[in-house]
Amino acid sequence: MSTSGKEPVAVVGIGQTKHVAARHDVSIAGLVREAAARALADAELTWADIDAVVIGKAPDFFEGVMMPELYLADALGAAGKPMLRVHTAGSVGGSTALVAANLVAGRVHRTVLTLAFEKQSESNAMWGLSLPVPFQQPLLAGAGGFFAPHVRAYMRRTGAPDAVGSLVAYKDRRNALKNPYAHLHEHDITLEKVQASPMLWDPIRYSETCPSSDGACAMILTDRKGAGRSPRPAAWVHGGAMRSEPTLFAGKDFVSPQAGKDCAADVYRQAGITDPRQEIDAVEMYVPFSWYEPMWLENLGFAEEGEGWKLTEAGVTELDGDLPVNPSGGVLSTNPIGASGMIRFAEAALQVRGQAGEHQVPGARRAMGHAYGGGAQFFAMWLVGAEPPAS
Amino acid sequence: MPRTSRHARDVAVVAFAQSDHLRRTDELSEVEMVMPVLHQVLAQTGLKAGEIGFTCSGSSDYLAGRAFSFTMTLDGVGAWPPISESHVEMDGAWALYEAWVKIQTGEADTALVYSYGKSSPGPVRDVLTRQLDPYYLAPLWPDSVALAALQAQALIDAGETDEAALAAIGARSRACAESNPHAQLSGAVPQGDYQVRPLRTGDCPPIGDGAAAVILAAGDTARRLCARPAWITGIDHRIEAHSLGLRDLTDSPSTRLAAERAGVFDAPVDTAELHAPFSSQEVVLRKALGIGAGDVEGQAVAVNPSGGPLAANPIMAAGLIRIGEAAARIHRGQSDRAVAHATSGPCLQQNLVAVLEGDPA
Repeated sequence: MSTSGKEPVAVVGIGQTKHVAARHDVSIAGLVREAAARALADAELTWADIDAVVIGKAPDFFEGVMMPELYLADALGAAGKPMLRVHTAGSVGGSTALVAANLVAGRVHRTVLTLAFEKQSESNAMWGLSLPVPFQQPLLAGAGGFFAPHVRAYMRRTGAPDAVGSLVAYKDRRNALKNPYAHLHEHDITLEKVQASPMLWDPIRYSETCPSSDGACAMILTDRKGAGRSPRPAAWVHGGAMRSEPTLFAGKDFVSPQAGKDCAADVYRQAGITDPRQEIDAVEMYVPFSWYEPMWLENLGFAEEGEGWKLTEAGVTELDGDLPVNPSGGVLSTNPIGASGMIRFAEAALQVRGQAGEHQVPGARRAMGHAYGGGAQFFAMWLVGAEPPAS
Repeated sequence: MPRTSRHARDVAVVAFAQSDHLRRTDELSEVEMVMPVLHQVLAQTGLKAGEIGFTCSGSSDYLAGRAFSFTMTLDGVGAWPPISESHVEMDGAWALYEAWVKIQTGEADTALVYSYGKSSPGPVRDVLTRQLDPYYLAPLWPDSVALAALQAQALIDAGETDEAALAAIGARSRACAESNPHAQLSGAVPQGDYQVRPLRTGDCPPIGDGAAAVILAAGDTARRLCARPAWITGIDHRIEAHSLGLRDLTDSPSTRLAAERAGVFDAPVDTAELHAPFSSQEVVLRKALGIGAGDVEGQAVAVNPSGGPLAANPIMAAGLIRIGEAAARIHRGQSDRAVAHATSGPCLQQNLVAVLEGDPA
């Protein structure tokens, strides 16, 4: 019965599916099992080594299955084990990983499989988000309509030039070419093509918008002893936090929500980070529409208010820049909604394990994973490092 | 100090509140249903929403008929300044589990847990078919009562119970509910006609709307907030295979395993709040938990003294209510060691078990 602080949490296995528009070759169960099996293989563990399963996805309406954890218990080897299902809107992939990490940190379980998925081809995500309810604010036929005015507000507030959004999209789509699991592999992408793509929700263009993907992401989290047996380097969790605020209220800042600022501050406090711009080597940021990169750079404290777009414009966030953002290609290149947050967390872990392949940031020692959801109201973040946290 | 705590931090239920459970609440939104319950549970401790270390809720988009339905109730919580918060698409008992884990990490000393469900807007028997295997089973629309009837018939065929014994469970539950002002059904409710053989109306839960909330606190904070905290000395949950063909429906090994892990069998219990929506499922749970027809190891056990889910079964909240009712008996000095149980999925697929203890007098 140790009461001496939290158990250090290590990521020792990561698995993703190749994300595509429609995986007609597998069921939902087949999809999640593929990611989980790859995470187990990476950790060189078997199903029997897993003490508990924590699963996340976005609304059940996206596949038309209510509480899919019940049906997926068999596919994830969970029979006889604890299984939790988290749902915190778009941030869910991140929240799910944090709930799993807490099971290890609180010494409730020693080795936990966490997984998030979306098989959007089973249904229609846009209309899954657009069910009309009287007297309540709908998400206006998909997410783009909801977020476009906030992007416009950011542009007006900061004086950012129109071209910044397309720079982000051009960068992320090029990064995705180096990531074999990314959904969009646009080999002929050019900045001009991004800028010439149709306007969907002014100022958001088609090529500045995330795709709809089928995909799953899984991680194996374990304690210090488990990490000692890991055949490959572990990524260590140095800080993790969730913050939520109401959807709509007078005084809400949709451009830079307070919950996002508070969440990042909590993570930095836990990790001992005082200057995120200098001390963090790579960021996997939840950017479903390209303009959210400069917006979140400010919200997360990487740039002063009004200055985020200048980092993007100067190439700081490029893969070979000073602060690479979304080396994997990000949500703009791959968006199985419920899994997207966990992919950010997992890609951050891959970076500090030195296992990100062609999109590896050389020498990355500390990386951040970030997710948000709802009306920019739910936030989940973690910071992982190549070294165990100082106890 | 509880005697048998198995975890690093002592965590207790220090407050519990629930709505009146009603067949229909057409005039109330989910937010309007939850808000009074939140106010009541906070008032019991004197805490404000902003002083709570962690907030977690349980609900279902499928009952609400819209995606991200929980965002509306979060607005009702008044999450400003921003709060540390999460949500499970499960019964509130699992939200309580997530909150308990959070307190175990030391990152929070208090937690607000709430859950709610409105079953009245849709045909709940049809709605629940959507939680079955979407490729092979859900297209056949086997409803929740039909699946429970399969389980009941298996129990009768195995000689574990008979229709008269099942009727007695329903009658006992609704007699107990006479002292529960929140219950939807109480008193002499007729056993009624067959819904699906061998289950009659009286063997099935009422369909209703309701909400519940609990506050958890650790150590000295719990003692400060509550005269007699209900310490969670053990809590665990387990899931089984989904396919009914892979399970022995007359038994619940997941309940038994969770109970072992929670320490149920370490000492006698005096109260059992069981989330058994169907009378036949109480038979299965009693067997798994070692609770005979009235006592364990010679000591009388009060089973569902609140009336249980046969008196009120607000989907998504009914499991959390079992924990709350067990805790409330400890708060009132009516129980010293209670077991609380919650279930999810067809025919008791997933089960959570908690042991709650009061400080010795």
